[in-house]
Amino acid sequence: MAFLNFLFQPKNELETGGRSAAPAAAPDDPLKTCPNCHMDTPVSILRENSYTCTCGYHFRIRARTRIGLITDPDSFTELFTETASDDPISFPGYSEKLSSARSRSQESEAVVCGTATIGGHRCCLFVMEPNFMMGSMGTAVGERITKLFEYALENALPVIGFTVSGGARMQEGLFSLMQMAKTSGAVRRHSDAGLLYVALLTNPTTGGVTASFAMEADIILAEPGATVGFAGARVIEQTTLRPLPKGFQTSEFLLQHGFADAIVARPEQKNVLISLLGMHEGSDAK
Amino acid sequence: MILGAYETVKTARSGQRPTGADYVRNTISGFFELHGDRRFRDDPAILGGVGYLKDLPVTVIAIDKGHTAKERIARNFGAPNPEGYRKALRLMKQAEKFHRPVLCYVDTSGAYCGIGAEERGQGQAIAENLMEMMALKTPVISVLIGEGGSGGALALGVADRVWMMENAVYSVISPEGCASILWKDASRAPQAAEQLQLTASCCLKNGIVESVVPEDGLGSPDFYGRLTDALYDEFVSLRTLSATELTHRRYERFRAMGRRRD
Ligand SMILES: [Zn+2]
Repeated sequence: MAFLNFLFQPKNELETGGRSAAPAAAPDDPLKTCPNCHMDTPVSILRENSYTCTCGYHFRIRARTRIGLITDPDSFTELFTETASDDPISFPGYSEKLSSARSRSQESEAVVCGTATIGGHRCCLFVMEPNFMMGSMGTAVGERITKLFEYALENALPVIGFTVSGGARMQEGLFSLMQMAKTSGAVRRHSDAGLLYVALLTNPTTGGVTASFAMEADIILAEPGATVGFAGARVIEQTTLRPLPKGFQTSEFLLQHGFADAIVARPEQKNVLISLLGMHEGSDAK
Repeated sequence: MILGAYETVKTARSGQRPTGADYVRNTISGFFELHGDRRFRDDPAILGGVGYLKDLPVTVIAIDKGHTAKERIARNFGAPNPEGYRKALRLMKQAEKFHRPVLCYVDTSGAYCGIGAEERGQGQAIAENLMEMMALKTPVISVLIGEGGSGGALALGVADRVWMMENAVYSVISPEGCASILWKDASRAPQAAEQLQLTASCCLKNGIVESVVPEDGLGSPDFYGRLTDALYDEFVSLRTLSATELTHRRYERFRAMGRRRD
């Protein structure tokens, strides 16, 4: 499967043939260059392939784009949009950072939550937003995710969650650290009611998100080639003074060491989720 | 005396302070150490076992940095690996089974950042502790005695009561790390320390901890005696709550942190 093995394939196969064969850019269909194989592909083609290159590279996508790929058309209802971060410890420059993150991402916070159907199965959904301070978790992210699990518990719904995060948001100090405990408590209550939680880890998922709700799902899936870990690679190198092994902290590394259930490429994710949701239908304790 | 935040960080890190093992030795009688996570190995950074807090049998778990260079190396400078957190969880589940309260002494610059730690799921180990501690049906008190380094400290800090030594610190990131990431300048750590609100008085004001323990006579028999009495009284009062009430209140304790209205 090309999607699963792209990391280990020779890069020149597509690079040599691909470039010259790349179609010319249409004015309303710009080309995008793959950082992995350097091939140019029209955006329209990428869209058809769930924003993956033929080499298997997964482009970074916005939360809204992902919701469009995963949910049934017009089924998504957003929740908790008013839950936003303030500046709990008056950290210098944070308010400005928040405003620029809002305008850059067109989102009010680093996670989008709501309800949707996926293949007709009703569920709660959270999708983290990479363009909002790299999905860092502050009080608003923690609060939205906690509320989502509480809502899912109340309504006996499964939760599907897509993570992308640089970790805890240091500008909110300990309040952000405490979100790890808070979200974990909400996941636990949801779990105790016999309800399903599937996490899908995307590039990158690190730090406090890895050390909380990303790793607490019943089923943990990962996108090919994603970086997933607790500590940053550079910090580990500085601490251990040893070169990191090849493929360290990738989805494939996670699978090999027993911390992910499966690697699922983006074009297959919806079908995998439909089948998992179907298998767990009516599994709650009620 | 009020120290600047970064002075407090340096005090909290000082090798002169009592370590986790010192606290165990001086507050717990008849301590019997229990080793290993039953999965991989024993992590010497975390000391765990059973003993008496006055006449009350407790499970005690302590991160220990060691005093001498030799001890510090043996203890991995108090930086636990995943197996340390898994040992701690095993002992907490055992405490739950026997209706024993759990006492944690926390002192770490953070969970260990190593290749093996990642291979063995450092993030998963911490996450599991957070989730399990949230539902543990026995009282838990965590005392931050020195450094409370981020997720590595929180993994033993999901408690009914969190106390902090007067000169301990608790932070989402080290001031040096914060300064180098945000300002590309680790030498601005003192400024970061002020901004992060990591001192015991800030943590008390922000509702992160319930109590600040005065350090008068730190390490003296009087000091340990006062601490032992206070811990004992707190456990006695927590033990009057049903398991349902206890876990409900613990949930609400953390639920309230950074709560936002719609
Ligand atoms: Zn490509």
